[in-house]
Amino acid sequence: MAELQTHSAHAVPMNLLEAVNRALARAMAEDDSVVLLGEDIGTNGGVFRATEGLKQQFGCRRVMDTPLAENLIAGLAVGMASQGLKPVAEIQFMGFIYAALEQILSHAARLRNRTRGRLSCPLVIRAPYGGGIHAPEHHSESTEALFAHIPGLRVVMPSSPARAHGLLLAAIQCPDPVIFLEPKRLYRLKRLPVVADGDPLPLDTCFTLRTGDDLTLISWGAAIHETLGAADQLAADGINAEVIDVACLNPLDRDTLVASVSRTGRAVIVHEAPGHGGMGAEIAATLANQALLHLRAPVERVTGYDCPMPYFQLEQHYLPDEERIVAAAKRTLAY
Amino acid sequence: MRTDHDNRRVAGYKTMALIRHFDKKAVNLQRTGRLGTYASCLGAEAIGTAAGLALTRDDYFVPYYRDHATLYLRGVPLHQILQYWGGDERGNAFPADSDARRDLPYCVPIATQLTQAAGIASAAKLRHEHAAVLATCGDGATSRGDFYETLNVAGVWQLPLVVLINNNQWAISVPRGLQTACASLADKAVAAGIPGVQVDGNDLDALLEVLDDALERARAGKGATLIEAISYRLSDHTTADDASRYRKASDLHRAWQNEPVRRLRDTLAEAGLWDAQRETDWQQQCERTVEEAIDTYLNLPPAPATDMLDYLYAELPAALRDQRSALAAVDQEVRHG
Repeated sequence: MAELQTHSAHAVPMNLLEAVNRALARAMAEDDSVVLLGEDIGTNGGVFRATEGLKQQFGCRRVMDTPLAENLIAGLAVGMASQGLKPVAEIQFMGFIYAALEQILSHAARLRNRTRGRLSCPLVIRAPYGGGIHAPEHHSESTEALFAHIPGLRVVMPSSPARAHGLLLAAIQCPDPVIFLEPKRLYRLKRLPVVADGDPLPLDTCFTLRTGDDLTLISWGAAIHETLGAADQLAADGINAEVIDVACLNPLDRDTLVASVSRTGRAVIVHEAPGHGGMGAEIAATLANQALLHLRAPVERVTGYDCPMPYFQLEQHYLPDEERIVAAAKRTLAY
Repeated sequence: MRTDHDNRRVAGYKTMALIRHFDKKAVNLQRTGRLGTYASCLGAEAIGTAAGLALTRDDYFVPYYRDHATLYLRGVPLHQILQYWGGDERGNAFPADSDARRDLPYCVPIATQLTQAAGIASAAKLRHEHAAVLATCGDGATSRGDFYETLNVAGVWQLPLVVLINNNQWAISVPRGLQTACASLADKAVAAGIPGVQVDGNDLDALLEVLDDALERARAGKGATLIEAISYRLSDHTTADDASRYRKASDLHRAWQNEPVRRLRDTLAEAGLWDAQRETDWQQQCERTVEEAIDTYLNLPPAPATDMLDYLYAELPAALRDQRSALAAVDQEVRHG
């Protein structure tokens, strides 16, 4: 379990997007082998501006606008990484990442293993994920379970500017392939303090954002925002919820989750992705297996529905909101 | 007096003969249950050998699954090639001091190695290396997006990349004519704005000339080349395939008249560079070399079960410690019977 340091003498307020940008700039300044590639990331600075100014700062040899082909971007990154570069590839939206799946699943995830460590694949693939910004169809997916299911990958989903900064630094330094999914709904939501010269954050640890004894709320990425809001609502009713940001979905820090739920006896898992086969199911199974005798109620899940992310006129009904989380928490408490 | 060129041709022939012998033995091993499914390189010996001879130690090789000759010339021992096809991932741990030390392992998914080769070429270019990347594929691979995406970016970024197609006429059972309507596979380079060259894939001399030129062009920073080497797959697709279901015996018979090993041997003999005695001696040497490789392969200690987790991440994540312990217990049981 890692506690967060969000207040520091060196902390500067920035939003999540700026934190990503600063982490990229710092990683590139510190290590010549870090290169960026993707569509529109150069002169345009990315469609969300995550790479703004980096081409000007580091040149077009290190910030590469690629042809429009996600599979190519991933394949290029695998090839570069196999020879010791540290490519950070941007997929413009998570809904476009599927063209790159074969490279990520069949090659990036397996290269180290199948060469007995002779070659490795230290790449990062960044993709903005999730709904809530009224984007067109195929722009708002949250299918992290696809990647979390694949051995050899690391899957990271930050939920605040500080964690985006620290986890991205760690992802770039990591010798393993990392899928780094950025909650675009939180990109510009608010500015929070980030220690720009701070340390990378661990990639195998949950973050406990709030302590409490009555139940454990477990979430990650953008849904942390509603989860914290629900915890506030519960607190107003005198219910103290522990809130855990899983942040790293693979490898999963089961110990922190089991320890918390063993203490509180109740768990609600919140995620934006469809529930069926989602990461919530994995966590619920872990709790059933390792904390069964401490559980005082069935583990609840509050998730997206088992359908594609709807067009944006319905997306607010799809996304878990504070009311659904509070209701699940109260069902758990009343059990 | 023998020239360097003559020596190279003779070395090429020796490799081709050795690999043909190896290939036959590998198929036999599979038939007798001592190797897994194996992809034969029968008929592709000239292509694989020319590639191996044309590459330098500083170059990178990105193979597909029929490139046994090239990997052998890059310094991968024959017993490791058997290990790979025998289901032992240690076959991909190419020797650290060999030319293959940075090469990618065999690629089984079709054409996916090509985009990776473009990434390696990008890395080489970024570092101002005097090196080329050679990636190979079959004719079926030219139907895949990876193939087009690779040529496209190689053209735009002027990558030091050579893509070598082994056009052996068959993508498992689908003949070249049902695979693509392009007049020649080399023509596919046109859309990428890079040169496309067609060459006789059964002619070692022609292959060497074309590969030497393309690789030197790449090393000199002049960009990528697509080479279509026309050959014929004399084997089944793999040992799991039966080509008699879809291929005419008369076509196969005709293809054998032009096969690369005998063709080069006859050419060398005509030039006074080879004779019957040398052939007998070399065939005996091939037999010894391959038998030694088989012996080494069959007598390797089994890989520990923990291997399946130990190389997955740079360090074993805490989340996997229990699973590793379970595998370590399996190893313990195996050791103590």
